[in-house]
Amino acid sequence: MSADTRPKSFQEIILRLQSYWAGKGCALLQPYDLEVGAGTFHPATMLRALGPREWSAAYVQASRRPTDGRYGENPHRLQHYYQFQVIIKPSPPDLQELYIGSLEAIGIDMDLHDIRFVEDDWESPTLGAWGLGWEVWCDGMEVSQFTYFQQVGGHDCHPVSGELTYGLERLAMYVLGIDHVMEMPFNDPQSRIALTYGDVFRQTEEEFARWNFDVADTGMLFRHFDDAEAECRRILEAEELDQKTGKRIVMVHPAYDQCIKASHLFNLLDARGVISVTERQAYIGRVRSLAKACADAFVTTEAAAGA
Amino acid sequence: MPDLLIELLSEEIPARMQANAAEDLKRLVTDGLAEAGLSHDDATSYVTPRRLILTVAGLPKVSPATREERKGPSVSAPEKALDGFLRSTGLSKEDLEARDGRKGQVWFAVIEREGRPASQIVAEVLDAVIREFPWPKSMRWGSGSLRWVRPLHSIICLLCDADESQVVDLEIDGIRAGDRTVGHRFMAPESISVTSTADYLAKMNGAKVVLSAKGREEIIMREATRLADERGLELVEDKSLLAEVAGLVEWPVVLLGEIGEEFLDLPPEVLQASMRVHQKFFSARDSSGRITHFIAVADRETADKGATIMAGNQKVLRARLSDAKFFWENDLRVARDGMKAWTEMLGKVTFHNRLGSQAERIDRISTLAGEVASALGADPDGAISAALIAKADLSSEMVYEFAELQGIMGEHYARAAGYSDEVARVAREHYQPLGPSDDVPNGHLSIAVALADKIDTLAGFWAMDEKPTGSKDPFALRRAALGVIRLILENDLRISFVEIATKSGLRAALAVEEHDSEAAGRNAEAKALHDKTRGDPGIGDEGLTLPRGILEFLHDRMKVFLRGKGLRHDVIDACLAMPGADDLTLLVKRSTALSEFLDTEDGDNLTQGFKRAHNILKQAEEKDGVEYALVPDPKLAETDEERSLFDALERAEAAIRPAMRAEDFESAMSAMANLRGPIDGFFDEVQVNAADESLRRNRLNLLHRISETCLAVADLSRIEG
Repeated sequence: MSADTRPKSFQEIILRLQSYWAGKGCALLQPYDLEVGAGTFHPATMLRALGPREWSAAYVQASRRPTDGRYGENPHRLQHYYQFQVIIKPSPPDLQELYIGSLEAIGIDMDLHDIRFVEDDWESPTLGAWGLGWEVWCDGMEVSQFTYFQQVGGHDCHPVSGELTYGLERLAMYVLGIDHVMEMPFNDPQSRIALTYGDVFRQTEEEFARWNFDVADTGMLFRHFDDAEAECRRILEAEELDQKTGKRIVMVHPAYDQCIKASHLFNLLDARGVISVTERQAYIGRVRSLAKACADAFVTTEAAAGA
Repeated sequence: MPDLLIELLSEEIPARMQANAAEDLKRLVTDGLAEAGLSHDDATSYVTPRRLILTVAGLPKVSPATREERKGPSVSAPEKALDGFLRSTGLSKEDLEARDGRKGQVWFAVIEREGRPASQIVAEVLDAVIREFPWPKSMRWGSGSLRWVRPLHSIICLLCDADESQVVDLEIDGIRAGDRTVGHRFMAPESISVTSTADYLAKMNGAKVVLSAKGREEIIMREATRLADERGLELVEDKSLLAEVAGLVEWPVVLLGEIGEEFLDLPPEVLQASMRVHQKFFSARDSSGRITHFIAVADRETADKGATIMAGNQKVLRARLSDAKFFWENDLRVARDGMKAWTEMLGKVTFHNRLGSQAERIDRISTLAGEVASALGADPDGAISAALIAKADLSSEMVYEFAELQGIMGEHYARAAGYSDEVARVAREHYQPLGPSDDVPNGHLSIAVALADKIDTLAGFWAMDEKPTGSKDPFALRRAALGVIRLILENDLRISFVEIATKSGLRAALAVEEHDSEAAGRNAEAKALHDKTRGDPGIGDEGLTLPRGILEFLHDRMKVFLRGKGLRHDVIDACLAMPGADDLTLLVKRSTALSEFLDTEDGDNLTQGFKRAHNILKQAEEKDGVEYALVPDPKLAETDEERSLFDALERAEAAIRPAMRAEDFESAMSAMANLRGPIDGFFDEVQVNAADESLRRNRLNLLHRISETCLAVADLSRIEG
């Protein structure tokens, strides 16, 4: 795959990003196996941004935003889509150049396009995290989010991680010149069995939109939210010393899984329209306090410790 | 005399912070140099998205030597005092001189400072400026601890003469100052070395960087206008967008594109907002006034003359406008259905947790709008129903997307819902005036709802005791008060602010009480209170008082406003002290008349006469411990002057009383002016403090009458000078 040829499909763009960042030394991780609202929720970002230990990873993450569902009809909006996430700690001095190199790798000719870094400070109220950076524009199209993490889970980041998030569908549609996401070639259109994005996802978008908006059992969702919250707390409050092995085992990741679940359950409840404006803040606060508790626990563990 | 050149190259600086940053850099560095005794000539700063630049001309190579003598403690003073003195001077005891003073020997320190090289001073100053730069928001990056707006990459710090240049020795957090930079990120990324300010300025231009923000703005305006002209279009000017766009590019290249036919039916405000907010495009109108084209500003030249960039931008715009069209069509469906869904939704949206939902707020506003309309002799029912839908668009998809279209969409949607033009306009106009340069509505319904909206806000925040303090005014209450003032004055309204605001204040207070007790979990009580107020929709005037301070707040804004119109503050005070001062139109009429009166010779002299009478009276009253307020007897007048004053007062009072009733302040004041001669004559010829006690009392009562007569027109005691 050479950079000077234009990619032909959605998957080729993913493959090129992966091989580019692998070439820059990132560990290629796989998507996290829980429903998350954004790639940042992946413990490889949210937890690994904490503490002094160096880190460098890239991965695709399926992201779910139930309120964005449009039954597969809107050309740009999906309730399930993919992000490509790069996280490097400490942020290297040439991160902007590395990023621009990744755009070249997917066939964007820097001599013909207009790339701009437009102020966009990132904040995740649910993760208690914020950073400064930009949205990156290519010819007026927002193609990535570029952030220097300053705080995660209420903890100051030392060193600072640089985070890049590519909205894959949008970026790919732009690079491939596609107007409706469902018409985008998923694999090579010359393949014996050529598949479009719609072939893969149209039906799921329709089904999930209906379930998200109208059918999901809100009583159950509320219950599960409470359960996840309680379990997260219980896990973190458990005795650190494991009776069986005699080791100190702080169960940060199992607890954080429950935090992720609570966050997604909240998003589903939000899409069902059963959370009022005032309650909204309270729910976000509850998830944030779980994220903070997980971050507090993580920084006491080996994964966060200095080399 | 060397010049100083500083360039701080970083990753992209937010556009909104650039202008202040350039100013701050200039101020902080030149202040720092001056403080260190380094004089200089002109300083100029520039800013682009990636760099802050400062040039300072005419620095000396070395700062001047200084000699300072400081007097210390007495030689006989305790050791402790001497230690303190040594610490503060940085000298040791041997360096001090003992000199003879009036009370024995005293220690003196002579501190001589040699001049220091400019480069050393510059390094210290710049180091401190960078470390403490007042960015509104700053960050760390990598493993470093330095804070800057975005990662700082390189520093040029050069002292350059005609024949030599010297890199200032400076290192901050691993960044060593040098004489190299880079040009435009894509068009001239090569490293560039510079030898002087002039060399830098020339090379940056060659490296596709327009250093001056003004320069970039001019290029954008000139090119945009040219492109529009070529197609017979008119550029829609937008100064704040221009400043922002100029902060997003180092090498502006202006491109013109067409808006798709299918979007031209969208309201022009929607097209403009969508293009401005999301894409930072300017709008261009065709000869019929329709917005048909957009103007984009790219940050580079390309071999295809921007064709690829334009195609991309056009595609993005199409997606954006498809969204806007989707919102517009969805909203129109709700609007044509009478906007019910929106007004219901507003019941679920909190305006303020102590004042309740938007729907509750709208209820209060519409009741008040009805009362205002009645007071103005307009149609109360019309005002109430207009107020009830004026904020319906807050629930619309378009306003959710573009908050700045509130009211504007409301007007479109109210029309679609079948409301009359007059009612529809209220949706837009009741927010007005939006600022000091914005118009004030003049339709009756719009005035009533606009006043009610602002007074409800004032009353609401007063009820919660959340008043503006100092520079903090998060809910823009000053703007609301100024809005009330302009609405009343510019429409010549006769309305008692106290009466209206009292009713509004009571409703706000009840709302706060209700929501506070709800929050406290005393739902039952709150409900009882709620029911009680529901049962008493009329709210009688009896026993009600205006929330403390709200009228004073309005009067303070009024003073600021009138001072802006050239009225003296003491003139305003003199009129504020008169009854009916909550009728702002009357207040202005009175103030203007008084101001004009005081500008005349008679007016000025009369004020002096009044004050003389007033002071003598007050002194006598204080001394005697009685008030002289009886009717003076003309029969006790001894001289012609005294008699003619009696006559003049008689005539003046006869003229003033009806003139005041008719609010004819000019006539009242000119009647008052006629007192000038008789008062002056009286004081010239008559001894007030006569030996005869009955004469004295009568004359003091006469002074009281002068005072009374004048005070019926304006409180002249408050006039200064």
